[in-house]
Amino acid sequence: MKIDAKGLHYRPMNKIIRDAVAAGEKEFELDNVGGQRYIGTGLNEPVKITINGTPGNDLGAFMNGPKIIVNANAQDGIANTMNAGEIIVHGNVGDIIGYGMRGGKLYIKGDAGYRVGIHMKEYKKQVPVIIAGGTAGDFFGEYMAGGLIILLGMNGKSPIVGDYVGTGMHGGVMYIRGKVDPYHLGKEVNCLELNEEDMKLIGSYLKEYCEHFGFDLNEVMSGKFTKLVPLSHRPYGNLYVY
Amino acid sequence: MKCDGIPSGCAISGMMSEDGRRIDGRIIIKSIACMHDRSNGLGGGFAAYGIYPNRKDMYAFHMMYDNIEAKEATEEFFKNVFNVDKDEAIPTQRENGVSNEPILWRYFLEVPESKLEFLSERDYVMKTVMKINSDIEGAFVASSGKNMGAFKGVGYPEDIGRFYKLEDYSAYIWTAHGRFPTNTPGWWGGAHPFTLLDWSVVHNGEISSYGINKRYLEMFGYKLELRTDTEVIAYMFDLLVRRHKLPPSLAVTALASPFWKDIDRMEPEKKKLATLVRQVYGSTLLNGPFSIIIGHNRGMIGLNDRIKLRPMTAARKDDMLYMASEESAIREIEPDLDVVWSPKAGTAVVGTLKEEVE
Repeated sequence: MKIDAKGLHYRPMNKIIRDAVAAGEKEFELDNVGGQRYIGTGLNEPVKITINGTPGNDLGAFMNGPKIIVNANAQDGIANTMNAGEIIVHGNVGDIIGYGMRGGKLYIKGDAGYRVGIHMKEYKKQVPVIIAGGTAGDFFGEYMAGGLIILLGMNGKSPIVGDYVGTGMHGGVMYIRGKVDPYHLGKEVNCLELNEEDMKLIGSYLKEYCEHFGFDLNEVMSGKFTKLVPLSHRPYGNLYVY
Repeated sequence: MKCDGIPSGCAISGMMSEDGRRIDGRIIIKSIACMHDRSNGLGGGFAAYGIYPNRKDMYAFHMMYDNIEAKEATEEFFKNVFNVDKDEAIPTQRENGVSNEPILWRYFLEVPESKLEFLSERDYVMKTVMKINSDIEGAFVASSGKNMGAFKGVGYPEDIGRFYKLEDYSAYIWTAHGRFPTNTPGWWGGAHPFTLLDWSVVHNGEISSYGINKRYLEMFGYKLELRTDTEVIAYMFDLLVRRHKLPPSLAVTALASPFWKDIDRMEPEKKKLATLVRQVYGSTLLNGPFSIIIGHNRGMIGLNDRIKLRPMTAARKDDMLYMASEESAIREIEPDLDVVWSPKAGTAVVGTLKEEVE
């Protein structure tokens, strides 16, 4: 189904999509998107949504299954509390992406803003994954409780990541392709070298990632990665205990 | 003016032609309307620069009056302090979603030379604005700069823009605000932009250091009467840049200072300057989340708080500089941009009118 989003408010537009999904539609192409919020939000079916134009905030929030492809930059709050599915952005993204994300994949070709993956979490096999090809802002992986974040810095900009990396982190793992100045680390993270298992793990996701954006997997994998893990699973356990 | 509710979000957008090309108000309305859902109908407004070329050397006062008595009292007051070249109703039209408007009147004013024995013209005008806002019951100054004006009120910004017929004005800088008041009342005088002389500010966020900032500004003769935190930002730019003559880039470091831990790592010269600014201007530090766009006659400045708790996207196309809470609000009016970026926390985006432009 093709939808011309020009001048269409997000409420009627998302209703058209929800109704069509309920009627069995599998594929959507949205043209002239201009800031409409909540696209794909709360959808439970494995439909495919292609977005041409700039989608609004909270793209794919609470999403549970669909695949969204954005052929432009995207804004703030993508994959907020997303449970399953895929979001592939052929551009940059804004702040607080993957907020409380609990499953699915968010693949970004370019840069990400502040607070990537804030408080994302995992449960058994339900592990959310965020990969960004460029740089990221401050508070990368803030309060992270689970899941996997990979940052590649492929566009050569420096620094690859901002200040306060992993502040409050207490679960999950982050891989950054390059060196992280210890000055930029939050108090709750530890830097490690990668072992073979790590390389195998990120290799499997990066293979898929590179296919989406046409990056050379060998070149990506040839970089030196830093692994970041939490020092404790309860960093603030004693904060209010006197 | 009615002010009976203490009701986050907010939207800001700004655009400027560094070549000084004048653009009519329909474009900025389109941009701010794209972010309609960031506002709740309790405030909208615009600042426009370059709109009164025929009287560009006079102070253009946009006034809001609760009633005719306030208007008469203000006009009586003006007789003694200004030469009034012209006064007229600010043109408006009926617009759905806009009601209970105050009396909206504008004046083109000159300062009599006899008044300038002991203080500068702009200090004189600044004092006059403070006096009206605090002493004349039911009268508020919406703007007081040369060749610029603020158009604001209670309603969604796109409705306010049509109410004021902004299509009839051409400006080289436009800023806009859609309000979603949380901590302070939604009333006509409390809509953004906040202005003083040619300074204007639109703001998304809240200034939790308001009390400290207010007390500091009061020591320099500013009176904070508009019941909204944002007011302090406009007066701070007036104090730091106009009166203390700080370059805007340095004023910005007084408002969104680098953290001490980052100052410790700076080169000696930079470190010394940053330390001095924090020591001297400790009371102008803005705490709390904000993204703001400052307008003035020669340019536009965008700024975020130090840890980026509010959104801001900037973009350029030819001689145009754009800033907005969301990229889509820029693409709405210019889909084909040369460059788009997210400004870093505490780092200003500066647009400057070319020197040869009058």
